[in-house]
Amino acid sequence: MSGYESWGRFPRATPRAVVPIRWRDEPPSLADLPGPLLPYARGRSYGDSCLNDGGTVLDVNGLARFIAFDADRGLLRAEAGVGFDAILNLIVPRGWFLPVTPGTKFVSIGGAIANDVHGKNHHRAGTFGCHVTQLELLRSDGTRLVCSPTANAELFQATIGGLGLTGVILWAEIALKPIPGPQIELRASRFGRLEDFFALSEAADADDEYTAGWIDGMSRGRRLGRGVFLGGNHARGDGTWRGAHPSRLRLPMDVPEWVLNPLSIRVFNEVQYAVLGRKSARAFAGYESFFYPLDVVHNWNRAYGKRGFLQYQCVVPFDDGLAVVREILDRIAASRSAYFVVGKVFGSIRSPGMLSFPRRGVTLAVDIPNRGPEIFALLDAIDALVIEARGAVYPAKDARMSPRSFEAFYPQWAAFARHVDPAFSSSFWRRVTAGLGASDGVPAKAQATAPSAPASVAGAGGPSAATAAAGALGGGA
Amino acid sequence: MTAERVLVAGATSAIAAAVARRYAEAGADLVLAARDAGKLSAVADDLRVRGTGRVETFVIDMVDTARQAELLAAAQAALGRIDVVLVAWGTLPDQAAIEHDVAATLACWEANATSVVAFLAQAADVLEAQRGGCLAVITSVAGVRGRRANYTYGAAKAGVIAFAQGLRARLFAAGVAVVELRPGPVDTPMTARLRKGPLFIGPERAGALIVGAIRRRRDIAYIPGYWRWIMLAVALVPEGVMKRLNLSAG
Ligand SMILES: Cc1cc2nc3c(=O)[nH]c(=O)nc-3n(C[C@H](O)[C@H](O)[C@H](O)COP(=O)(O)OP(=O)(O)OC[C@H]3O[C@@H](n4cnc5c(N)ncnc54)[C@H](O)[C@@H]3O)c2cc1C
Ligand SMILES: NC(=O)c1ccc[n+]([C@@H]2O[C@H](COP(=O)([O-])OP(=O)(O)OC[C@H]3O[C@@H](n4cnc5c(N)ncnc54)[C@H](OP(=O)(O)O)[C@@H]3O)[C@@H](O)[C@H]2O)c1
Repeated sequence: MSGYESWGRFPRATPRAVVPIRWRDEPPSLADLPGPLLPYARGRSYGDSCLNDGGTVLDVNGLARFIAFDADRGLLRAEAGVGFDAILNLIVPRGWFLPVTPGTKFVSIGGAIANDVHGKNHHRAGTFGCHVTQLELLRSDGTRLVCSPTANAELFQATIGGLGLTGVILWAEIALKPIPGPQIELRASRFGRLEDFFALSEAADADDEYTAGWIDGMSRGRRLGRGVFLGGNHARGDGTWRGAHPSRLRLPMDVPEWVLNPLSIRVFNEVQYAVLGRKSARAFAGYESFFYPLDVVHNWNRAYGKRGFLQYQCVVPFDDGLAVVREILDRIAASRSAYFVVGKVFGSIRSPGMLSFPRRGVTLAVDIPNRGPEIFALLDAIDALVIEARGAVYPAKDARMSPRSFEAFYPQWAAFARHVDPAFSSSFWRRVTAGLGASDGVPAKAQATAPSAPASVAGAGGPSAATAAAGALGGGA
Repeated sequence: MTAERVLVAGATSAIAAAVARRYAEAGADLVLAARDAGKLSAVADDLRVRGTGRVETFVIDMVDTARQAELLAAAQAALGRIDVVLVAWGTLPDQAAIEHDVAATLACWEANATSVVAFLAQAADVLEAQRGGCLAVITSVAGVRGRRANYTYGAAKAGVIAFAQGLRARLFAAGVAVVELRPGPVDTPMTARLRKGPLFIGPERAGALIVGAIRRRRDIAYIPGYWRWIMLAVALVPEGVMKRLNLSAG
C-alpha cells in the first residue's frame, strides 16, 4: 500500500504527501496543500507521468462509484476512479462494451482520459477521449467546471490527454458501444515480412474492428518484421461466459534477473512463432483473454527485477514508406533487448485532445528491461528517427525523452500549458519542460521544482515469462 | 444469496458501502441511513446502478437516538419485512488527543456505544416482532481487550459486545440472529492517519467476509478469521505484561 510507483517501476519517486479524494461532493481544499499536486489512480502508466516526486499525490481511487447508467442509450456516468474492470462487470452482461480499451482493464476512467488511451480499434473508433461526452474538473482554486465538447470546450480538449495537469477529473460520462455478446471472434495469421503486416492491416481495416500485430523483436535481415497478425470482432454470443477468470496469482517478489536471458527468450520466440504462426487460424476467445492477456498475472511488472523496465511506444506516419519502421525494428533487434514488439496501424480519426499521442501512422510498442545507459542511448537514437519522420512518442509510457524531443513531438505543448492548473505538475512535466522557454506560457510551477535525476540507470533485467506467454495475443498498443 | 431486504445504518462507511454493494449486486432492496446527505446520495446512486432492487435513503445523525425509531419505521415502510439490519457507524478518535478531555471521551462513547445500544434495542424489537431476521453489528478487535492505543474506543466496543451477547440469547427464541462482527484493522477513512502494517485489509475484503458471516448467521465473526487466534493470544498476555506493552492498531 505504501507504493505510489509507476508500472515500469522506473524512475522511483517519493511524494511529500498523499491526500485521498473520496467524495465528489466534498473534495478537500486543494489550495491549502503543499504543491505541486498530481492525481494518481491505478499507476498503470509506465514512466513518470503518474509520478510527482516531492509533491502531493492526490489519490483518486476512493472516487470509485457509479453515478448513472442508461442501459438503453449506453451512456455511463461514473466517478473518475472507477476501473475498467468494474465497468466491464457492469456493462458486458447488459450488452455493452467500452468504446475503447487499452491492453489492461486495471485502469481508471480518469487515467484513461488523462492519457487519452487507444486500443486495437483505433482505426474505427479513435481514442477514448472521442467517446467522453462530459466530465467535471476540480481546479486548485476550488472551482468545479463541467466540461464537454460544447461547454468549457478548450479546457475539455486540454484535459483529454492532459496528463492530469489541468485539474482533478471528479467524474465523467462516456458513450458505450453495443455488443452482441462477450466473445471475440479472432483470426491470427502469420506474416513473414513487414510489408505483409501492412497489407494485412490494410485488408483487415475494412473487416475487423480490432487489429494488432505481434512482431518478432529478435530477428534481423531476411526475417526482420515477421510476426503474427490478429484481427478480431465481437462475436454473436450465446451469452455464456467462457472468458478466463481473473487470476489471484501474484508474483511474490522480484524475480532474479538471470532467470530469463536473451537466449531463453529467443528459444521461446521461435517456439511461439512456429506454433501460433503456422498458418492463419480462427478462434473464439473470451473478451478478457483477447484484450487483457497480461492481466492474468498480477504484478507481472515485478518480474523485471528491482531496476524496473521501460516501455517505448512511438507512432510514425508511413506515407514515405516503411524505411523508418524497418530501421527502428532493426535497432531494437540489434540491441537484443526485446523479444517482441506490438504494432498497430492507427487510423485518421482525430481526438478532441490537445496533447493526444495517437495520429495516423503505425505505432510500435516494446518492453525493454532497464539495462542502463546502453538502452537510453538506443532510445535516444530511435527518438531522432521518430522526429525525422514527424512522429511522436507516448508520454504514458515514457520515462526518458528529452525536452527537445518532447518539443518536437508536441509543438502544441505551449498552447496546452496555458490550461495547466498553476498548482499542478508531475515528474514527467518537470522533466520534459525543463529548459524549454518559460515565456511560452509554461506556468512557473512547472519549472519551480527541480527535476529529480533518474536514480539509477545501471543494471540488467529480463522480460518475464508472463509477458512472453501473453505476447501471443499482443498485449499493448 | 437470494434477494434480501436490508437496512444499513452508517451506510457511508467504507466497510458498510462494500457490504451494501454486494447485497445490491445480488438484487437486494436497501434502505441506507447516514448523516451526510451528499455522501449518502453518492453511495445510493452507485448501488442503484449496480443493483436491480430499490434503494431508499434516510438522513440521520445516529447519535440523535430520539430519531432512530423514525428510521426503523421508514425502513419497515420501504422494505416490508427486514431481513438484515447492519449497524456500521462509528468513530475512532486519537486516544492521545482525547485522553484529558472528558467531553471528547464521552462523545466517543456516545458514537460507538450509547447510540449503538439504543438502536440495537429498538431494532431488536422490530425483528422480534417479525419473528425472524438478522441483526448484525460491527464491533472491533479493539473491544476484546483494552489497550493503551485506543481504550476509549475499545471500551465502547466492549460494551456493545456484551450487549449483543445478551440480546442474542433473548432473540434466539424468536428466530432472530445477532451477528457480531469484529474486524481487525481495515484501510478506510477511519484509519487514514494510522501507519498501515501487514495486517491491514481492504474494505472490499472486509465487506465480502461480513456478507459471508451474515449469510451463515455466525454469532461472532472475526474479520478476517485469523484475528480470533491473535486475540486469543493477546487475551493470554498477563495484565502485568500488557501494561508495559504499547500495542497499536485499530
Ligand atoms: C499492460 C498494460 C497495457 C497497456 N496498454 C495500453 C494500450 O493499449 N493503449 C494505451 O493507450 N495505453 C495502454 N497502457 C497504458 C495505460 O492505459 C495508461 O497509462 C492509463 O492512463 C493508466 O490509467 P491509470 O488509471 O492507471 O492512471 P495513472 O497511471 O495512475 O495516471 C495516469 C495519468 O492520469 C492522471 N489521472 C489519473 N486520474 C485522474 C483524475 N481523476 N483526474 C485527472 N487526472 C488523472 C494522472 O495524473 C496521470 O497523469 C497500458 C498499460 C499497461 C500496464
Ligand atoms: N477501519 C477499521 O480498521 C475498523 C476496525 C474495526 C472496526 N471498525 C468499525 O467498522 C465500522 C465502519 O468503519 P469504517 O472503517 O468503514 O470507517 P469509515 O469509513 O470512517 O466509516 C465510519 C462511518 O461512521 C459514520 N458515522 C460516525 N458517526 C456517525 C453518526 N453520529 N451518525 C451517523 N453516522 C456516523 C461516518 O459518517 P461520516 O462519513 O458522515 O463521518 C462514516 O460513514 C465502524 O463501526 C468501525 O468502528 C473499523
